[in-house]
Amino acid sequence: MKATKITTLLVVALALTIVGTGCRNKPVGVTDIKNKQYRVGENPGVGEGFKLPGETPVTGDLTGGTPQSTKFSNPDDFNQDRGTFAANTVHFEYDSSVVKSSEQSNLAAVSAYMKGNSTIGLLIEGHCDERGTEDYNNSLGERRSTALREALIAMGVSAENIITRSFGEYKPVSAGQDESSYKQNRRGEFVVLTPK
Amino acid sequence: MKKGFQFSQMLAALALIVCVAPASRSYSEEININVSYTPGHEKPVPLSISGFNGEAEEAIKFALTIQGFTFTSSEQPQYLLSGSVNGNLVGRAQDRINRTYLVNKSYSGGSTRKQAYAFADDFLAALGRKGIGSTKIAFKKDTGVNSEICIADFDGGGVQTVTSDNAIVISPSWIPGRLGLCYTSYRNGAPDIYQHDLSSGRRTPVARYPGSNLSPAVSPNGKRVAMILSRSGTVDLYVGDIDGGNLKRLTQSREDESSPCWSPDGQWICFAGKKNERRSLWKVSASGGEPVRIATGVSNPSEPDWSPDGKWIVFTSQRGGGFDVCVVPAAGGTATVLVEGEDPSWSPNSRTVVYARRSGKGKNLSMLDVPTKQTKTVSRISGKNSQPSWAK
Repeated sequence: MKATKITTLLVVALALTIVGTGCRNKPVGVTDIKNKQYRVGENPGVGEGFKLPGETPVTGDLTGGTPQSTKFSNPDDFNQDRGTFAANTVHFEYDSSVVKSSEQSNLAAVSAYMKGNSTIGLLIEGHCDERGTEDYNNSLGERRSTALREALIAMGVSAENIITRSFGEYKPVSAGQDESSYKQNRRGEFVVLTPK
Repeated sequence: MKKGFQFSQMLAALALIVCVAPASRSYSEEININVSYTPGHEKPVPLSISGFNGEAEEAIKFALTIQGFTFTSSEQPQYLLSGSVNGNLVGRAQDRINRTYLVNKSYSGGSTRKQAYAFADDFLAALGRKGIGSTKIAFKKDTGVNSEICIADFDGGGVQTVTSDNAIVISPSWIPGRLGLCYTSYRNGAPDIYQHDLSSGRRTPVARYPGSNLSPAVSPNGKRVAMILSRSGTVDLYVGDIDGGNLKRLTQSREDESSPCWSPDGQWICFAGKKNERRSLWKVSASGGEPVRIATGVSNPSEPDWSPDGKWIVFTSQRGGGFDVCVVPAAGGTATVLVEGEDPSWSPNSRTVVYARRSGKGKNLSMLDVPTKQTKTVSRISGKNSQPSWAK
């Protein structure tokens, strides 16, 4: 498991930091090992001084949140089935990423399907209406998709199988400039990922 | 093939700038006017202009209007601009009272437009100010369902599209001191951050973590990138090396941080965030620490940009269905509303900003002089454009 590997690396990195800094008072859970150079071969995979090709650099910051799926990190490497959950799109209030209780049935449908198919991936796409600034909407769209991801993880879906991406205000389903259009555009869509 | 063509175009453009640059900047007397200002409350300095052809006059007026001057025929002008265009541009700037020449030069090379900007820059230099006549901007251009990144002269001339990803490409940020950009592209499906060397066309990933990789902002020394990542399952602010290493998480919240920018000394990263149901601007030490709130008096601020002189933060305020460009002292305070628009980016002179303005279903770029609130539409650029970033 990738998560276990990361944890192991984290422990090693933390140990090295403590050795390297002589146990100075550091905030717990924050591993700051910059300015330490490790050569490949000595401590492969540890430290921020280098990175093996394709490797995610190890940092001491993985607390707070459930790390994203590494298996499904590139959704375009998979077949994307938009039909299965087409009727389960979740909608949000203006400027909000709170998953409303009225959306529970949609989440339940997605959760039940995913728990019955442990090998498939779930891509959650977060969208906004155009009444925010672009950059703001990019972050809000991602916050909406991670809120849905958190809800599904709480319902028992494996975190390793869910990946998110934000489309901000760039992919509206309705082009209108009125509340009924905006309402349709503030949404999270679920896409099933299966191997190509 | 296309890249090579763009490269040669870029070289040509650079060569033009070099040719147009004045040979000498030695002035016996430099008048240092007061460079501090009250945003939105300064009176423009009146000028008269005569003798130039239409193209040169329009260019000079554009450049100087967005740097705090106004053109008058009735009111008493403070300076007199005169000249001619006959192949080369001849430009003179005189003080109206004592008639001394601040500038008296003939310009060659480039185009009439670029010669006019070189003259405007010389006039500003004579007043102890640095002009923006040879600066560049980058922006996002809508191409239908997708978008690409373009660069242009500050006035919108010489537009070049520097990506051809046939995907959503957004949030360009210049790498200070280099002919290069960072931006987010969905070319591989997920939003990933790249750095793009515009002289070689070479692109390398900065952040391709699982989840969304958004809103890159390059540090003043060009070595670090502040960005918004969701790799840990929440949307947080991170900083990392421009080559992808040394990633550090700077916030840890379940809210949606957005739009980082740097203080000019590289010590702080300012961003938009939410705490206790209250949205505001924040700054956090680039090496980590507790974020500090920057008061603006505005309920929904976003898209901050810190002025190169360190004094101001310009940002977008949302009110009802619209957006305003506002400015606040970098330490916080009460914001001044400047003009309707969004996503402002400072020019190197710390007074002019480029911003996006909504019209119908699209956005266009405009220029604003912060002290006087004078604006000019960047009408040379057609289509729908937004997310401007001014090269520094």
